[in-house]
Amino acid sequence: MSALYTELQWLLRAPADFPQRLKAITDAEAPPGAELQALALHALDLNQLTKLAKAMAKLTAAGKTFAPLVPLRLAVLSNSTFDMIAPAVTASALRHGMALELVLPPYDQVAQQALAPDSKVNACKPDAVLFALDYRALPLKLAPGDAAAAEASVQAVMGYLQTLRNGIKTHCNAVCIFQTFAAPVETLFGSFDRVLPGTMRRMLDDINRELTAFALANGDVVLDVAGIAETVGLSDWHNPQQWNLGKFSFAHDFVPLYADHVARIVAAIRGKSRRVLILDLDNTTWGGVIGDDGLEGINIAQGDPTGEAHLAVQRLALQLRQRGILLAVSSKNTDEIARAPFKEHPEMLLKLDHIAVFQANWNDKATNIRAIAEELSLGLDAMVFLDDNPVERGLVRKLIPQVAVPELPEDAADYARTLSAAGYFEAISFAAEDAKRAEFYQDNARRASLKQQSGGVDAYLASLDMTITFQPFDATGRARIVQLINKSNQYNLTTRRYTDSEAAAAESDPTVFTLQVRLTDIFGDNGMISVVICRPQGPEVWEIDTWLMSCRVLGRRVENMVLCAILEHARAAGVRRLAGVYVPTERNKLVIDHYSKLGFDKTGEEEGGLTRWTLSVDSADPDRAPMKIISLGFN
Amino acid sequence: MEEAQVYARLTPIIRDVMDDDSIEVTPQLSAKDVDGWDSLTHIRLLMTIEKAFKIKFSTSEIGKLQSVGDLVSLIGLRA
Repeated sequence: MSALYTELQWLLRAPADFPQRLKAITDAEAPPGAELQALALHALDLNQLTKLAKAMAKLTAAGKTFAPLVPLRLAVLSNSTFDMIAPAVTASALRHGMALELVLPPYDQVAQQALAPDSKVNACKPDAVLFALDYRALPLKLAPGDAAAAEASVQAVMGYLQTLRNGIKTHCNAVCIFQTFAAPVETLFGSFDRVLPGTMRRMLDDINRELTAFALANGDVVLDVAGIAETVGLSDWHNPQQWNLGKFSFAHDFVPLYADHVARIVAAIRGKSRRVLILDLDNTTWGGVIGDDGLEGINIAQGDPTGEAHLAVQRLALQLRQRGILLAVSSKNTDEIARAPFKEHPEMLLKLDHIAVFQANWNDKATNIRAIAEELSLGLDAMVFLDDNPVERGLVRKLIPQVAVPELPEDAADYARTLSAAGYFEAISFAAEDAKRAEFYQDNARRASLKQQSGGVDAYLASLDMTITFQPFDATGRARIVQLINKSNQYNLTTRRYTDSEAAAAESDPTVFTLQVRLTDIFGDNGMISVVICRPQGPEVWEIDTWLMSCRVLGRRVENMVLCAILEHARAAGVRRLAGVYVPTERNKLVIDHYSKLGFDKTGEEEGGLTRWTLSVDSADPDRAPMKIISLGFN
Repeated sequence: MEEAQVYARLTPIIRDVMDDDSIEVTPQLSAKDVDGWDSLTHIRLLMTIEKAFKIKFSTSEIGKLQSVGDLVSLIGLRA
């Protein structure tokens, strides 16, 4: 059984204090809608979903309303046991911004409920009716090889469904949602069951096809249970023990998934499907970091497993665009550098023309996504954000929770599938304008202007529980130190390259101050992310020969903490002044203001853009960041 | 697994599924003693137990369960 589907792995894991949080919402005075949705936006198991639904019932009974969630009354007609599924559906609907009122008539009264004008279902005037029918209660007669009898059986089923539909339409005119049928696992011939008229498999294939055509023609809605069962595996979907025990149409393990699918459909009925896919670039759209690895170094090579994984993401994005989903980019990169692969890399599937809004800058992604939404005149709740970096995902979820941010697995090979599994773009119709929609935005990847900064970034950073570790160069770190020194191009003040022996020489020279910096946070260990080398430049002066940092930790004020560490050691060594130099290259425009931002004064500028800077050690007092500091290996 | 260990792990599970932290889990406890322990909740409980203890009950075993004591013996054998 794939955990992606049984555990809804695109959602965050449920908080350990789920029962307490639920109780707090139920007991609070405040309107519960938004809080319930936030809690539902986790992967919940059947027990948790049941509790959540119970809490909603309690709140409803107490007269509470659920604004801003959108209400919908859904009646379910089922010929199998739906009671255990019902609370899961109500709870899952919260995740999609819906406050569902679910009406479940007594067991196995499908026809009576549909046809009697005063039935519970018709009388309650539902907005939608879900026909949750199992193939076992259909008027289907096995007739292997008898095409005429098979056709008669299929038409009998269609007639039955049509009758049910007419009943509902006549008496309460609700939207009708039909499920396709998951065929039984057991075959009589093997492959031939698919081919020969009159086998269950063949008849159900025919019924599913006729049903979908019928629904399309009538403007009814289809919940493709056959497709869901196929996706997770028919033999896992059907559980004979559970059917025998209590007429459960499919395995309990899939109740959360099924419930989420029902929720997506009702949300789509209310127009709540998302419309924009915002892509991060580095290690999401391609393997590697464009700013450091360059056009030659990023990986989207066909035939390379990592390259293929990222191409699959691009391919899915392009296909989504073809069905009317807009594409945008939000990347922490220099704009020019970020655009280069789209313009020049021969293996890129995505081109600039495909991107409606292209936000590449060094600002936080929440601010950028807000700008994208405004530029497209769409709500934040229309956005989906795909990013391999859990820190970025956390920031966006925290600051703009209306944006859908799927959790991604370790392996990029599963990115495309995970995004698809999440079902953010579920739709129940497709019109000509949908196909053309992306073209309306085809004017060369606009940049949206940033208006206000997102508040709350600092608080989010403080919640990351960061620990920064400072050590001088040592033999253990040398390989990584040398790698960073030679690989870093963007956050690199002087781009001085060192060989392994040159690094060793710096390490053992008592007049040279060296730093290897590591950072851990709540998501794990980022490893070594910064390297500094300071050399004596006359009495009481250190020249900062090398200062580089991994762009992955930008925006967290790591450079401030590094400066504090340099100053501390400078003071201890009797140094009174730090001298910095910025050597401009094609790739490091990012750090043109690095020294200025850290409080250095400019002492000179040369032709070509090289700048020199100075900082008095005694009077320097840089801003710190909320991090724990560990200092090792200094004597 | 030792019975004491089974009880230790089973008690929070029963309380969580029944949504009642006050339940005293004894060998004699059965569905009739707890409000809301109907056939569907029973099935949800067994499902939760199977997942938590990484075991599977057979149809006939499920049919024979009369009390928590029976359940604990069965888990003890399997886990």
